[in-house]
Amino acid sequence: MIKRVLLTEKAKEIIDQLKKENGELIFHQSGGCCDGSSPMCFPKGELMINEVDVWLGNINGCDFYMAQDQFEYWKHTQLTVDITPGRGASFSLEIPLGIRFVIKSRLYTEEESKQLEPIRQGNEEPG
Amino acid sequence: MSNVATTESTVVEKPTFKNQYENFIGGKWVPPVKGQYFDNISPVDGKAFTKIARSTAEDVNLAIDAAWEAAPQWNNSSPTERSNMLLKIADVMEKNLEALARAETWDNGKALRETRAADLPLAVDHFRYFAGVIRSEEGTVSELDSNTVSMNIWEPLGVVGQIIPWNFPILMATWKIAPALAAGNCVVLKPAEQTPVGIMILAEMIQEILPPGVLNIINGYGLEAGKPLASSTRIDKIAFTGETTTGQLIMQYASKNIIPVTLELGGKSPNIFFSSVMDADDDFFDKCLEGAVMFALNQGEVCTCPSRILVQEDIYDAFIERVIERTKAIKLGHPMDPGTMMGAQASNDQYEKILNYINIGKEEGCEVLTGGGAAHNDGLDGGYYVQPTILKGNNKMRVFQEEIFGPVVCVTTFKDEAEAIEIANDTLYGLGAGVWTRDMHQAYQISRKVQAGRVWVNCYHNYPAHAPFGGYKKSGIGRENHKMMLNHYRQTKNMLISYDKKAMGFF
Repeated sequence: MIKRVLLTEKAKEIIDQLKKENGELIFHQSGGCCDGSSPMCFPKGELMINEVDVWLGNINGCDFYMAQDQFEYWKHTQLTVDITPGRGASFSLEIPLGIRFVIKSRLYTEEESKQLEPIRQGNEEPG
Repeated sequence: MSNVATTESTVVEKPTFKNQYENFIGGKWVPPVKGQYFDNISPVDGKAFTKIARSTAEDVNLAIDAAWEAAPQWNNSSPTERSNMLLKIADVMEKNLEALARAETWDNGKALRETRAADLPLAVDHFRYFAGVIRSEEGTVSELDSNTVSMNIWEPLGVVGQIIPWNFPILMATWKIAPALAAGNCVVLKPAEQTPVGIMILAEMIQEILPPGVLNIINGYGLEAGKPLASSTRIDKIAFTGETTTGQLIMQYASKNIIPVTLELGGKSPNIFFSSVMDADDDFFDKCLEGAVMFALNQGEVCTCPSRILVQEDIYDAFIERVIERTKAIKLGHPMDPGTMMGAQASNDQYEKILNYINIGKEEGCEVLTGGGAAHNDGLDGGYYVQPTILKGNNKMRVFQEEIFGPVVCVTTFKDEAEAIEIANDTLYGLGAGVWTRDMHQAYQISRKVQAGRVWVNCYHNYPAHAPFGGYKKSGIGRENHKMMLNHYRQTKNMLISYDKKAMGFF
C-alpha cells in the first residue's frame, strides 16, 4: 500500500516536540493566499473536521486532512511534510519555534496509483 | 549563478529603525506583559533588524480593555469628527510617504518603486475616501403608511478585531482600519508576524491624531496573539485576510460568539486574452502584454495575482513570444534601488514554497518558458529572490489550481469563449480575473460569466477606492475598498415609529 502523506525525519522530531506540549495533533492542508498551500498543525479538536474533509493518512500519530474539493486537484500527488526555517503567519503550532511545516510533492507512478492507501471522509472513524 | 547586478550608487539608504517596538495600546507604547520579543527579519538580506513585541492573550486583553474604554465616546462621535481625523492621518502619511515607503520595503522586501507608487499613495487615498463618504451618506426613511415611519440609523458595532496579511502591510491595514474607524468602531489590529514594523512606524506618526484606545495594535504570532483576539468574547466582529484553513478557524471561533466575519482568502485568478488583442500591434496590445506580465507585480504576492494566463489558441505562439520577451525584461535587483521592478519574496518559508511549486510544475510536465528557479542578487546572499517564471501546462495541474503566491504564472490555451469560461471557472476561488479583448460585446458577456468578485476589463491590478473588492466561492466574504464595507462594520438600528394615537385593538 502506498501512503499518500509522508514526513521527513526533521518534521517527525518537531511533531514529537509539539505533541509533548500540546497533546494529540492533526494536520489540515490549507489553500488560498499568503500562507495558503501550507500544512497547518493544530491540537486535535481545534479545527472542526467533517464530511467536507478527506482523511489522507496518518503521520507520526497525526491524522492529515484536506478539504474534499481541494483534494480533487491534489489526489495524483504524494505529499511529504517537511520543515523549513522561516516565519509563517497562521495559527499553526510550530510557528513560534521559527520554523514552518512545508509540503513537498511528487507524482505517483502509474503502478503506485493502483495501490494507494484508501481515503475516507473526515467524519469517519478509521476502519 | 549571478543574474542580477545591483549598482550600489542607485540604492537608497536603508531606513533607521528602533531596536525594539512595543505594542500600541490605549495611545501608549506598552511592552508585552511576558516581556518577550521576536526578531524581525528583512527579506532584503535575510538579516534581523529590530525586535517586535511577542504578545500573548494578556496583551490582547489589555488592548481590548483600552478599546472598550474609548468606545463610549468614539462610538458616539460625529461623522465630521471622525472624517477630520481620517483626513489628518492621510495628510501625515502623505508628508512622510518616502520614509514609510522605505520602511515598508525593508520590512516586506518589495521594490521601492511599488511602495512609492502604489502601496502608500493608495493607502493615503483610502483614508480620504472613507473620510469623504461618511460625510455624504445618509440613512433611509420610509413612510410605510400614513401613520407609520421606518427610520434606519447606522450604529457602530463597538470594538472590532482585525488580522492582516504581510503582502501589503500598510495598505492592508488601511483597508481594514479606515472603514472600521469611519463607521465609529474602536479597533484592535494584529499585523502579520512577517511584516510587523511598517504599521508601527505609521502608528508613531499618527498617535496624536486619534483619541487613546481608538486604534490599538498588538504584534505577535498567530497562535499566541491572533487566536486570542479572534476567539475573544469581547469583540463584535473579526476581519481577516489570509488562507482558507485559518479563515475556517476564524469563522469557527466567531460562530461561538455569533459575531460577523469578513474574510479575504485569495484566489487563482485567470487572465483571459482573446484573439482580437493581436489585431494590431498598437498601444492597446502593449497594454495587454503588460497586463499578462502583471503576475510579477509585488513578486506575485498578491491575492489577485493573475497567475493563470488563458490565451486563445490561434494567437498563442505569437502572443506568448511577446509575453516571454516582456517577462525577461523585468529588472530584478536590490529592493531599495528605485529602478528595481521586482524585489524579494517576503519570507524564507514563502521562498521555499515557491521553489517547491516550480518543481511540482516541472514534474507534472509543465514546460518552463522562462525563469524556473531561484535568483541570486549580488551582495544580498541571504535574501529571498525568485526569477519571474512562466510555466505552460493545463488547468488540471496543481500549479494551475493552487496559489503559489510568487512570481510564477501558468499559461494554457482555449479554443472558444465556452472553453475560456470553463477553464476560468474551474478553480476553488473567485477573487479576480482579467478579460482582454477589442470586442465590447465579448468583454461584457465574458466578464459576467466569470465567477469572480473583481473582473478587470482591459486592465489589471488597479485598486482605486470606490471599486468594491472581494471574493466569490472560497475567496471569502465581504467587499472592501468601497463604502459598502461600512455596513460590514455597523448595525442597522431600525426605529419603527407610530404617529397613530389609537390602540391596535388586540387587547
